[in-house]
Amino acid sequence: MRHADLHDLPFEEGGSLLVKRALRQAQDGEPVRVTGTAADLEILLRAWCRAEGHAFESRDPATMVLTKGPAAAQRWSGAERAGEAASPGGVSERPPRRWGLAARGALVEAGTPEFGFALVDKEEVWSEATGRLYAQAAANQWDPASAIPWDAAVNLPDEIEDAVVQVMTYLIENETAALLVPSRFLAQLHPHFREVMQVLAVQAADEARHIEVFTRRALLNRPRPGLSTAGGQASLKTLIDEPDFAIASFLLSVLGEGTFLSLLWFLARFAPDPVTEAVCRMAAQDEARHVAFGMAHLREHAAQDAGLLGRLEMAVRRRHRELQHTAGLNAEVFDALLLIAAGSWEHEGLRLGHDRVTRLVAEMHEGRTMRLSRLGFEAAKAAELAGLHTRNFM
Amino acid sequence: MQELILGAVAYDPKVVTIWDGFKDYFLEQGLPFDYVLFTNYERQVAALFDGLIHVAWNSPLAWLETERMAGLRGRHAEAIVMRDSDRDLTSVILTLASGPVKAVEDLRGKRVAVGASDSPQATLIPLQVLARQGLVPGRDFEVLGFDRFAGKHGDHIGGERDAVRALLTGAADAACVIDSNVLAFGQEGTLPAGKAVSLLATPPYDHCNFSVLDGEPTAWIEAFRTLLLNMSYADPKVRPLFELEGLKQWLVGRTEGYRLLAEAVDRDGYLDKRIEGISR
Ligand SMILES: [Fe+2]
Ligand SMILES: [Fe+2]
Repeated sequence: MRHADLHDLPFEEGGSLLVKRALRQAQDGEPVRVTGTAADLEILLRAWCRAEGHAFESRDPATMVLTKGPAAAQRWSGAERAGEAASPGGVSERPPRRWGLAARGALVEAGTPEFGFALVDKEEVWSEATGRLYAQAAANQWDPASAIPWDAAVNLPDEIEDAVVQVMTYLIENETAALLVPSRFLAQLHPHFREVMQVLAVQAADEARHIEVFTRRALLNRPRPGLSTAGGQASLKTLIDEPDFAIASFLLSVLGEGTFLSLLWFLARFAPDPVTEAVCRMAAQDEARHVAFGMAHLREHAAQDAGLLGRLEMAVRRRHRELQHTAGLNAEVFDALLLIAAGSWEHEGLRLGHDRVTRLVAEMHEGRTMRLSRLGFEAAKAAELAGLHTRNFM
Repeated sequence: MQELILGAVAYDPKVVTIWDGFKDYFLEQGLPFDYVLFTNYERQVAALFDGLIHVAWNSPLAWLETERMAGLRGRHAEAIVMRDSDRDLTSVILTLASGPVKAVEDLRGKRVAVGASDSPQATLIPLQVLARQGLVPGRDFEVLGFDRFAGKHGDHIGGERDAVRALLTGAADAACVIDSNVLAFGQEGTLPAGKAVSLLATPPYDHCNFSVLDGEPTAWIEAFRTLLLNMSYADPKVRPLFELEGLKQWLVGRTEGYRLLAEAVDRDGYLDKRIEGISR
């Protein structure tokens, strides 16, 4: 007969583990002898067995015989594996909502409540690159306190400082949109797609950091940020309101953050001070990953769903129509970019600044066209759709 | 009559969750079923005799009340089904491990904390076991009652917790609790490990059952009994109900396990006085 000898170890101080182990190793209906000299072992063991459904018989106060009940086997009889742990082989095409929050590959008890996850199709969210992008993102987290030279002297002419503050104000509201959109889908995603969940979570954390450093730069020499326009917010609201993951991801990451990549590198290059240079450069490095994730899952999605590119095209056209009567990029931001690129009020400087901003806008357009082609749009269509992108950039 | 009506006592808010869950299950299984909650067992027993309910989810004391009243009125009561966990309970009398009380005899002149005055497990049965050993409550030792919610027959855990606290603070020299609460109080921290030991354990006794009277709708009661006995812990719909109600399996009722309590409540006419109260 199996035997658990507790010696003088009390049941409630760890002895129960020895009893449970012996029962785990026994078959249903198999007797297990328990011996021990701790006070009240018999009383506690009897009460415990009754609650757990094991038969209990006392031979003497120090020797008891338990007979294993079927409850443990019954509990797990209808359980199922939530896919397999390995990626990508173990990732299910359409994980059932009843798997809930279980770790991928865990054994899930039958009767686990169904969760209301909206995003349950692998085709819609997954890409082979996801795990690698998450690892990269986790490795490249940076500390705003040490990555930015906050102590560097920043003594710009008033109007240049004002221009920087206006650009930062604009960046902050765009970064806020970029934080909220993935966060919303993160909350709807089936956690079975763990790597996607992790990428979206780090992306939200990245944006939180961008908001922090842009805010800090804006308030470095000024008591408050600059202007926020109705047209800019109207453009961002179309992103926030978009209910479809593929479309939102396309508009935000491929077109919006893709365009922002050019903008941030431009600002880093022509920054009038080292703090502005650093905040824009660090943000741009993160944005490159955000764009890569959007590109990766949309390319794989498009390869499996022939109708996707058509839907994305319609979304660009619809957004263009919605926004065509709004102002788009506010004049203050455009002028501020020009002034920053000019670096001075000299006529030649302003002309040079204008050239640079014009080249930036052209570069943004080329970037969008290239990404659209890589998603599978043919060249002319890619160029046309790139031209319909919001004048607000994001 | 539209459906089988069960009565249960609301000793805790979870009772609503439990019986709503069972009701859903029974209806799904095709048994027309509803339930009524009572604030105390005596009103529930009265309702059973008045025909307002067909089945009473009875405490052991309520079962004895039902059985005794049935006898007085020329009817027959039956305990049809009980939980596996209703069988072979014991109660213990705890004392401080470091205290002076080392044997039952040492309780003479001392204070013994008990639960609710109508609690079989924390009052009636342990006091009876002491009486069997020659220690008469109130004469040979003082009884400190912790009467939370009279009429609920000690289903509420509060009275026993208070009794154990009285032991720990020194207000009492001993405390009577059911064995499962020794485990529970240890886990929740009320009773620190090694602080108390049992002076005495009662013989095993049984707890609740579903009680019915003859002449009630037999086919439904039969369907109810069959449904209960076929419920399986392996069924994910059943498992949460079993976990709330604290069982792994329903068993056919038996009444031998109520003898010790019957002896206790007959000691000084206690049961008869309660029956008079119900009949009035
Ligand atoms: Fe960002
Ligand atoms: Fe981003």
